[in-house]
Amino acid sequence: MVDILMPALSPTMTEGKLAKWLKKPGDEIKSGDVIAEIETDKATMEIEAVDEGTMQEILVEEGTEGVAVNTIIGRMGGDEVQAPAPKAEAEAPKTEAVPAKAEEAAAEAPAKPAAKSEAPAAPAPAVEPEYGETKPTTVREALREAMSLEMRADKDVFLMGEEVAQYQGAYKISQGMLDEFGPRRVIDTPITEHGFTGMAVGAAMNGLKPIVEFMTFNFAMQAIDQIINSASKTLYMSGGQMGAQIVFRGPNGAAARVGAQHSQCYASWYAHCPGLKVVAPWSAADAKGLLRAAIRDPNPVIFLENEILYGHSSECPISDDFILPIGKAKVEREGTDVTIIAFSIMVDLALKAAETLESQGISAEVINLRTIRPLDIDTIVESVKKTSRVVSVEEGWPFAGIGSEIIATVVEHCFDWLDAPPVRVAGVDVPMPYAANLEKLALPQPGWVVDAVKKLF
Amino acid sequence: MAAAPDKSRKPPRSAKHPADTMDRDELLKAYTSMLLIRRFEEKAGQLYGMGLIAGFCHLYIGQEAVVVGMQHAIDTGDQVITSYRDHGHMLACGMDPKGVMAELTGRSGGYSKGKGGSMHMFSKEKGFFGGHGIVGAQVSLGTGLGFSNWYRETDRVSLTYFGEGASNQGQVYESFNLANLMKLPVVFIIENNRYAMGTSVERASASRDLSLNGVPWGMPSLSVDGMDVQAVKAAGDEAVAHCRSGKGPFLLEMKTYRYRGHSMSDPAKYRTREEVQKMRAEHDSLDAAKAKLLELGLDEAELKKIDDGLKARVQEAAEFAQSSPEPERGELYTDVLVGS
Ligand SMILES: Cc1ncc(C[n+]2csc(CCOP(=O)(O)OP(=O)(O)O)c2C)c(N)n1
Ligand SMILES: [Mg+2]
Repeated sequence: MVDILMPALSPTMTEGKLAKWLKKPGDEIKSGDVIAEIETDKATMEIEAVDEGTMQEILVEEGTEGVAVNTIIGRMGGDEVQAPAPKAEAEAPKTEAVPAKAEEAAAEAPAKPAAKSEAPAAPAPAVEPEYGETKPTTVREALREAMSLEMRADKDVFLMGEEVAQYQGAYKISQGMLDEFGPRRVIDTPITEHGFTGMAVGAAMNGLKPIVEFMTFNFAMQAIDQIINSASKTLYMSGGQMGAQIVFRGPNGAAARVGAQHSQCYASWYAHCPGLKVVAPWSAADAKGLLRAAIRDPNPVIFLENEILYGHSSECPISDDFILPIGKAKVEREGTDVTIIAFSIMVDLALKAAETLESQGISAEVINLRTIRPLDIDTIVESVKKTSRVVSVEEGWPFAGIGSEIIATVVEHCFDWLDAPPVRVAGVDVPMPYAANLEKLALPQPGWVVDAVKKLF
Repeated sequence: MAAAPDKSRKPPRSAKHPADTMDRDELLKAYTSMLLIRRFEEKAGQLYGMGLIAGFCHLYIGQEAVVVGMQHAIDTGDQVITSYRDHGHMLACGMDPKGVMAELTGRSGGYSKGKGGSMHMFSKEKGFFGGHGIVGAQVSLGTGLGFSNWYRETDRVSLTYFGEGASNQGQVYESFNLANLMKLPVVFIIENNRYAMGTSVERASASRDLSLNGVPWGMPSLSVDGMDVQAVKAAGDEAVAHCRSGKGPFLLEMKTYRYRGHSMSDPAKYRTREEVQKMRAEHDSLDAAKAKLLELGLDEAELKKIDDGLKARVQEAAEFAQSSPEPERGELYTDVLVGS
């Protein structure tokens, strides 16, 4: 007898819906046959049999949602060929087989009680009060809405990238957009980042407003010359005659267990360059409001998303007028003793740390930068003048990182208000390892922030 | 008008009948290597489903004949480099399934001590230069391996593998130009499995015959039935001989097919189930090799014994990959720079 287990079908999946059984008890199964269909928030996928045998029983009925990875969903009878060793072909239940990184994986689980890691975001201040009614929205939906709204409003805006159209987006951000806007405005490109980025910049120089999706920002390195040398400098070099109204967007930073070449933060790379704006949303409201602003901005904007945040849900204004200004940070949590400054997924970390600190009698203010360049110096300085202590948090490497810039800014603007030397929390200064234990050690944890804060008192 | 330059001529097609490029023993050896890859990949798929392998994991099932046929055309000292779809290449290079599987599970017994993962593995000893996650990047690197052979004046060749999706990248053409200009011993091997994630070759490439992509540089090429290990070996022999003799690079387009999704998390809505089933049923490289072996007088029982042996070997690798400890914490900081 062979147990059929709920498989993990993506790097971040922890549970899914058992959509359909294609084999019923008594059916014969050959290797390669599809046994069942599973739905994750990204896609519907098929489980293929590796073993030969007969379907014996179904333990989880079709239609069941939230089936955890590794749950026994059915059993099949194998023939004796199967098992050179007991565990052999059986998808043997192994208790240690925990889907890699639970905290992060939670992000991808759609219906999951509103992404656990999001919840402790504590005394959630009203999202953008001036925009009225809100609804729970995932970052993924927010990005899609932002692009769709802008594309409806402006015919010069179009989306281009790998798998954005027919495949509905590698991370399903552009799902449904091909249907609405057609193939001239939602364009699948070959895997030719340098070429299509240059093409988009050229189109922008002639007045179009491209949104270039990079499957991840790791692959934008193939195209970085066109981003820096062409997009960011043309306005200056042409004496203001022409520039590029263009958005470069896609997931940035560490995903889960994908190793060194697919896991790094580019915030400081792009933030270094004049002629670019750099935005990094955290919440759904950030994503929607800032992406709309980025598309409307007449300059090249680097829009750094985060794969793990895509499935996170938070309140987002439903108003069609909702937009956020680029260059303005947001105080996500008010406090009096220390300022913690973070962006993107590190805001989660900062908020968790703030909660822990509160229980220890330290009141932390958390600033979500939202925009990295231009940096919202006013908000930072105002906060630090109040708290007299500052900690920066980023996922990227420390050397010449965003933390360095924040701290230099603080020192330049409010040195006399500081009660302790500023501290940086950053990713460990090594390429991202694949091994689960090492990866955990490489990325900032809430405890690191708590420890950093405590050093200041 | 001058006569049309040589380079505009269509390169020779893969016309050679490969039926007898391998004798019984060699075919059996090739079959065994292909079957090892298949069993290994099936197991890797299972371990992924159990959460023991994480991140991206790209299986080679369906394409086994390509790498095995090519491996039969080279010798020790030649180099191999490929993309993230690399498990088959490593096994074909003679790397230990235990070390490969343990890298997939991120354990210290893996080829990169658990620090590389499925997409990033290397073996200096076996001439395997990786495992590369950035589409197309390995093509320039493979050209550099060829350059090192040219520089040292050896007759070694570099087998540089890449997908048909990767074949559109600019650096591929930059590399073609360099290799032809400098007459570097590189066999460029396009593994045309028809899809790059969800994009079919027709939707990504304006070139209708990828084997002609080297024509502007006069690069000789062949289009090969990549589901036939003997045809691959025959084409590989020709390409490798060309490189060894100092005549420069050679382009092989392998027409192949991947049965599984692009990676483990592929919804596979861009092709029909029937298409996949038809390839598996009618063009499977292992079925074809097996039929040939039976024709050559082997019997089912012998082949089954081989299969059982391979399954046991793969099982042993899977157990090793689970029992090998995670890397020690200190490994986080090693290997960033030499000497620190
Ligand atoms: C520069 C770059 N762009 C995009 C990706 C994401 N990606 C990984 S594999 C892949 C498809 C490649 O297809 P192909 O070259 O045909 O190889 P196959 O996967 O079929 O073996 C894509 C788009 C990447 N890894 N690197
Ligand atoms: Mg391909």
